[in-house]
Amino acid sequence: MPIAGSEIVKMLPGKKPCKDCGFPTCFAFAMKLASGGATVDKCPYLSEEVKAKLVDLLAPPIKLVTVGSGENAVKVGNEEVIYRHEKTFVHSPGIALLISDKEDGAEVEEKIKKIKELQFPWVGVNLKANLLTLHFASGDKNKFLALVKKVYNSTDAGIILISEDLDVLFAARDICADRHPLLYPITKGDIDKAIPRIKENLTPVGLRGESVEQLIPLTIKLKEAGIEELVLDPGSKNLLEAIRDQTSIRKAALKQGFRPLGYPTIAFPAFMAKDGLKEMLVGSAFINKWASIIVFSDFDKYSLLPLLVQRLNIYTDPRFPMAVEEKYYEVGEPDESSPVLVTSNWALTYFLVSSAVEAAKVPAYICVKDAEGLGVLTAWAAGKFSGDSVGTFIKKCGIENKVKHRKLVIPGKVARIKGELEDALNLKWEVIIGPRETTGIGAFLPGLAKQLKG
Amino acid sequence: MDYKAPVEAYTGVVREVTIGKGNKSLKIGGENILPLHFFDQGSNPNPVKFALEILDMKPEDWPEHAVEPFKDVISDPVSWAKKCRGFAVDAVSLFLMSTDPAVKNAPADKAAALAREVAEAIDVPLIVYGSGDEKKDVEVLSKVAEVCDGMNLLIGPVLKENYEAVGKAILDHGHTAIAQSPLDINLLKELNVKLSKIFPPDRIVIDPLSSALGYGMEYSFSLIERVKQIGVITKDSMTMMPIIANLGGECWKTKQAKENKKQGLLWEGMTALSLLLAGANILVLRHPETLKLIKETIEAR
Repeated sequence: MPIAGSEIVKMLPGKKPCKDCGFPTCFAFAMKLASGGATVDKCPYLSEEVKAKLVDLLAPPIKLVTVGSGENAVKVGNEEVIYRHEKTFVHSPGIALLISDKEDGAEVEEKIKKIKELQFPWVGVNLKANLLTLHFASGDKNKFLALVKKVYNSTDAGIILISEDLDVLFAARDICADRHPLLYPITKGDIDKAIPRIKENLTPVGLRGESVEQLIPLTIKLKEAGIEELVLDPGSKNLLEAIRDQTSIRKAALKQGFRPLGYPTIAFPAFMAKDGLKEMLVGSAFINKWASIIVFSDFDKYSLLPLLVQRLNIYTDPRFPMAVEEKYYEVGEPDESSPVLVTSNWALTYFLVSSAVEAAKVPAYICVKDAEGLGVLTAWAAGKFSGDSVGTFIKKCGIENKVKHRKLVIPGKVARIKGELEDALNLKWEVIIGPRETTGIGAFLPGLAKQLKG
Repeated sequence: MDYKAPVEAYTGVVREVTIGKGNKSLKIGGENILPLHFFDQGSNPNPVKFALEILDMKPEDWPEHAVEPFKDVISDPVSWAKKCRGFAVDAVSLFLMSTDPAVKNAPADKAAALAREVAEAIDVPLIVYGSGDEKKDVEVLSKVAEVCDGMNLLIGPVLKENYEAVGKAILDHGHTAIAQSPLDINLLKELNVKLSKIFPPDRIVIDPLSSALGYGMEYSFSLIERVKQIGVITKDSMTMMPIIANLGGECWKTKQAKENKKQGLLWEGMTALSLLLAGANILVLRHPETLKLIKETIEAR
């Protein structure tokens, strides 16, 4: 919970306008601290105790945790809102593939290949899963350590280590410590034994409780020991429990400002569902409901793509619609008799129209009008895609110098702007009503192109 | 530091809307909690419901794996509707595609007669969607309302452009209305305000338009989430109506759903589950296997 500048100023010396912090008054410094524009150490007159208290108060309500290293480091946490429409979600969850040391060599190879090769280009971004989870299930320590070595040497993915046996867990950690692996699970039963071992070589720690409440004394204890990169597993066994637990943790951190629960979470669809498709569905619910790392027993091209698209959708900033630049675009190599289509500048609209035109194999011009990133119908309803404004755009965008004909295709959903648009274009253009859906472009465009050529 | 689990108690209650008549009736809405928030104070007397869609004509662009569960009945809407019953649906949703001037421009009375025949053939309530052509729908939906007089179908889309005429027909013949607006909370409220002047608000279901995963799903997700919260948390009367998420058709027209069956089921399933978690009260799906997967996922204990 962010603290106000007026609260901070009460804790500052405030006696003299020393300006040693670089600000004219303590109050100005306090305001800067509150907005994140300055750090506490700039004031030389604070006691260690007050300093520590301020640092704590000013920390983000959900701790930022990094699993993995280098290019493949996955950062989670630091979220600011409960619902994405309040502002935006920030750090999209890590998607992890689980490998058990009970799986045979071929299965292991196959999964390593999946994490490397399953990548999907999607509206200008590259989607992929980014973590591997290694599970000690065989009971054979050497077998597990061999798996950890293999994965460490053959990939640069971030690693999550799962072992109920602390000795095995820390031995595995020692193999890949520079990869900043997440150690899981630390529980009520073994936390005291674990603390000194964790401190030997600090990496993130996953805590498992049987409830949200059970996690609280554990996080407090670890924080006191100086271990703060924590990830929480409240032990949810099904979707309903998951929603309850994730909601409690998120609200405790953001609404109640309750520090002991201000950490990212980890979820295990891998252990919650038996059927592969249901496992993916549970995982998708965890994307909506705030999990920060989500572990799957397996996935394939057909199941990973929808999951990653879901993650992209939910973590898109709702304040900035993805938009493309206002201008005419060429699809293929259009000439002076190629069709001209007009649409709005929501990235998705443009993506759908251009891929439909491409698929139709008809070179064409797509005039994209700035409608503040809205889809065609919404833009029309909001007055951003009226006949008048589309007309003004067509006249100034330069398309009139590119084609000899004067036939303009508008989306079928806004058929009603035809008259107004023709008027705005001084009746020099004939406005043709195109398909209502982009799926209709394939059938529509070749006929029009033929007509324009002939 | 003491911890107290954040338990909320809200004052808004979503109107409970009944569709269908007698032993064919179904209640939706009525909750004063957020979706699946059974840990808060309050309840949801009518947990989320599921409908399957059927078309009034043989579908032309469905992939084989979407046709497969109905391949023996796909040309006969009445048998198709009856077959839905085998998949434990709460309702059937008939889409009058063929009436679209851009499709077959089929006449209103033919569509209305079919709606009646389907409604009589099934033992669950019927949802009827017109083509969405605002002019033709006035004719088609009014006729459906008249021919199915007193059956309390859930009929839509009632749009800003035609709510007066369509709303009146739906009201006069004892049905329930789907008020549809294009993905915008202000337009949605404005339509509900206007419609409520001539139509009882406890017989309105909101359709905020459902976009498919990857094709604007996040807009539907956040809009539904907001509508639900404004209703339940801030008690805004004009958003305290149940929400219908008509998503099956949107999902199955994507390339990704068409090219692979399992990918299609997940495309539809993840869209459905997202909108359910956002606050939809009734979901209209296309594939019976998606329905089964979603039900089992939310009912797992």
